[in-house]
Amino acid sequence: MKYQVVIGLEVHTQLTTNTKIFCGCSTRFGAEPNSQTCPVCLGFPGALPVLNKKVVEYAIRAGLATNCSITKRNVFARKNYFYPDLPKGYQISQFDLPICQHGHLDIDIEGETRRIGITRIHMEEDAGKLVHADIPGVDDSCVDLNRACTPLLEIVSEPDMRSPDEAIAYLKKLHQIVMYLGICDGNLEEGSFRCDANVSLMPVGSSTFGTRAELKNINSFKFIKQAIEYEMERQAEILDEGGRIIQETRLFDPNTGTTRSMRGKEEAHDYRYFPDPDLVPIIISDEWIEEARGTLPELPEAKRARFMTDLALPEYDAEVLVASRELAQYFEDTFTLFPQAKTVSNWVMGEVTRALNDDGRSISDCPVTPALLADLLKLMEKGTISGKIAKTVFDEMYKSGKAPEKIVEEKGLVQVSDTGAIEAMIDEVLEKNPGQVAEYRGGKETLFGFFVGQVMRASKGKANPALVNEMLLKKLNG
Amino acid sequence: MEIFDLTIHELHEKLQAKELSSVEATRAMLARIEAVDDKVNAYITVTPEQALAEAEAADKRIAAGDIATLTGIPVGLKDIFITKGIRTTCGSKILSNFIPPYDGTAVARLKERGAVIVGKLNQDEFAMGSSNESSYFGPVKNPWNLECTPGGSSGGSAAAIAARTATATLGTDTGGSIRQPASHCSCVGLKPTYGRVSRYGVIAYASSLDQVGPLTRDVTDAAIMLGAVAGYDQMDSTSVNTPVPDYVAGLGAGVKGLKIGLPSQYFIEGLDPDVKRAMDEAIALYKSLGAEIREVSLPHTEYAVATYYIIATAEASSNLARYDGVRFGHRTEDARGLAQMYAKSRAEGFGSEVKRRIMLGTYALSSGYYDAYYLKAQKVRTLIQQDFLNAFQEVDVLLTPIAPTPPFKIGEKLADPLQMYLSDIFTIPVNLAGTCGLSIPAGFSAAGLPIGLQLIGKPFDEQTILSTAYSFERETQWHQKTAPL
Repeated sequence: MKYQVVIGLEVHTQLTTNTKIFCGCSTRFGAEPNSQTCPVCLGFPGALPVLNKKVVEYAIRAGLATNCSITKRNVFARKNYFYPDLPKGYQISQFDLPICQHGHLDIDIEGETRRIGITRIHMEEDAGKLVHADIPGVDDSCVDLNRACTPLLEIVSEPDMRSPDEAIAYLKKLHQIVMYLGICDGNLEEGSFRCDANVSLMPVGSSTFGTRAELKNINSFKFIKQAIEYEMERQAEILDEGGRIIQETRLFDPNTGTTRSMRGKEEAHDYRYFPDPDLVPIIISDEWIEEARGTLPELPEAKRARFMTDLALPEYDAEVLVASRELAQYFEDTFTLFPQAKTVSNWVMGEVTRALNDDGRSISDCPVTPALLADLLKLMEKGTISGKIAKTVFDEMYKSGKAPEKIVEEKGLVQVSDTGAIEAMIDEVLEKNPGQVAEYRGGKETLFGFFVGQVMRASKGKANPALVNEMLLKKLNG
Repeated sequence: MEIFDLTIHELHEKLQAKELSSVEATRAMLARIEAVDDKVNAYITVTPEQALAEAEAADKRIAAGDIATLTGIPVGLKDIFITKGIRTTCGSKILSNFIPPYDGTAVARLKERGAVIVGKLNQDEFAMGSSNESSYFGPVKNPWNLECTPGGSSGGSAAAIAARTATATLGTDTGGSIRQPASHCSCVGLKPTYGRVSRYGVIAYASSLDQVGPLTRDVTDAAIMLGAVAGYDQMDSTSVNTPVPDYVAGLGAGVKGLKIGLPSQYFIEGLDPDVKRAMDEAIALYKSLGAEIREVSLPHTEYAVATYYIIATAEASSNLARYDGVRFGHRTEDARGLAQMYAKSRAEGFGSEVKRRIMLGTYALSSGYYDAYYLKAQKVRTLIQQDFLNAFQEVDVLLTPIAPTPPFKIGEKLADPLQMYLSDIFTIPVNLAGTCGLSIPAGFSAAGLPIGLQLIGKPFDEQTILSTAYSFERETQWHQKTAPL
């Protein structure tokens, strides 16, 4: 039988606030275990949580950027369960009154726009980490509570995705948005952006969802696709054999690319949610929402549209340039100084991106600043250097951080536009290659490129290519 | 009169006049503890070295002219208060080895004013009880009759006042845990309005009901202690940012023209005749002082105990989850795997009353039962709050008994938890309503056991119940009687 997959995603984004959600401890990643803790995040007796207001602001921003309505009266609830990484024996989260509800994101998939519903976004605290790694002289498991009490937003989608590619497109879009908002560093490997997937199958044409499995521990876009595809195969096999899917939580194993059962429905926790009596309800005023709206940056979708309509960039360019807020900013900063959108776009997508990829730097660390790149492009526009030489200059700028004029001067790379000099070079080339000249004049016009190449070589790339073309044509055609 | 018999304000005068040093006062108190606490068992931990060091520091402050009313005064703390470097057990085996790394807000405020902490006081385990019999460290005995309980859960805090083993103490009150033992030990006990005193550094029993308050020899001392610990604290989101008046300055307001309400539901058949007589005498006295007495109604009173035992136990079941043997406290020696470590550490560490309440609360929050129990209880709680607000439209304070009977015998109610729960019927509604109430000595039974009177005030109007109590105290002098230890 043919099946239709139904996917819903739950994403945990760790927020980039300086301090934790309910205490003043630092949220910095990678510190000495348990060095960023206090009585509150250690769950010591008598300690009480105090809400970090920044978390609410970030949550409002996330809600506005994903077309959600913002809940006016917010209540934190306790989710009760025992685990050694959970110091209080409960997680402070939100239950029936999440801060954002009823939102959506539009994704483009094979030229079509699909709308993916966002059920809810809520604020909560993270748990600590169990460390099972070998520590000399210790065979027990260890608990690191640095991460305990760091702020998270859980973003829950509707079961609206119908293929692994849609799931990836949605996740990438969401990832891009939280990065643009500056509320999450987006680091999947460090667990700043974690995803659980609810996956079920139903016969093609059916509208009744099948029983779902919840997939956990997926920490890259590649694994998400892998996990969902594996799960589709697994469920299809069971259904084909007349079996039944069990509602359960399954753990993805990145080493094997498979999922295995973690706990079944009957072992599911009764979390005994109830409003946390240690925290008072948070009332979000319209003014607060408008204030947050005012701090929203231009989001990728709007930016892309603007690049296409105002700057007349092709869709492909616009898409690539808005991939990250920093890249788009780099492009726009350069464009401000050198207002030829397509030329700037070519360079940013081409030389700049290639150089960065080669040495693994991010755009914000690019040694060629937008100002320097604009200077280079101006030199090219003025005809001081050719496009080809510009690439050589760029590489030098990237290595040394020097200004382009300086490099051009030092290396004597100024373009030769002196017609006398060019004519001399052309004459020399034609003299050396009488056979080809005869063939060309005999009708083999494809040889024209050969002559251009020879002249450029003779000039060490410095000859003005337009002039070379023009003069060569004259000479050859007599 | 011995040094340990003095009130805060009496001792303060002597310290200020340099007739006495804090070290002398502290030594006298430590000697008194040494002499009588074996009989009373009010203390779980006595801290002589720290106390004497704090007393020396206080004497230096006094010598430098930097004296607050509490500077150099020996006080005791219920063992529910987190104290940096001093073992804090909450009356439980599970915390019997727990030495906290920080001070709570109320304790820090006492220390800032130079109070000397002489030790940590016995209590019902995790403040769950009305008789101090659930403590892992053994029951506290009532100094007025060593066969009787001092009440609970702040039994040690009340017994230490009656036994003259602390000048003043702090307790906590979740359903009557300050007022009822104060009543049973003939001292003044004040439960402030919820939000008046920070709960930061107070081990939580039921977070929406717990409140810190003083137990003292007289009303003036209660005013002094409340003034020291009250006020907004940014570490407690539920603390309320409202001004703290000078309670001592307001004590002499008198009761002329004051409207005192008598809730009909609190003067019921079956009230102990001695308690009834004490209430009648108090009402007559207030009338003679010019107060206007009116009957009022708190119609939802009968649901208060049931409501309390759902909300308090639900919150407790969650609050006590952190005692898992992972980071602090008792961990079983004998466990294979995580599940067993949890189960055994908690089975060994908690006493039976605590387990009973954790189970009750877990049940009340369970899926399928939440609406019928917890949610309904919250609704009833709102009705009970409304009862009080309505009554306070008509009157300024309410006058009621604290407990239906004088102190009962140790062991008498242990077999019947429900009967024990019902003995808190007059104090529980005040916690549910979140308002303030105090207990003041109002006489003795025929058998010579203390009887307390409760005055309930409007939210954040501790001042009026203190001044109303002060008028009573001036006329009656019950607080001058000392326990025959």
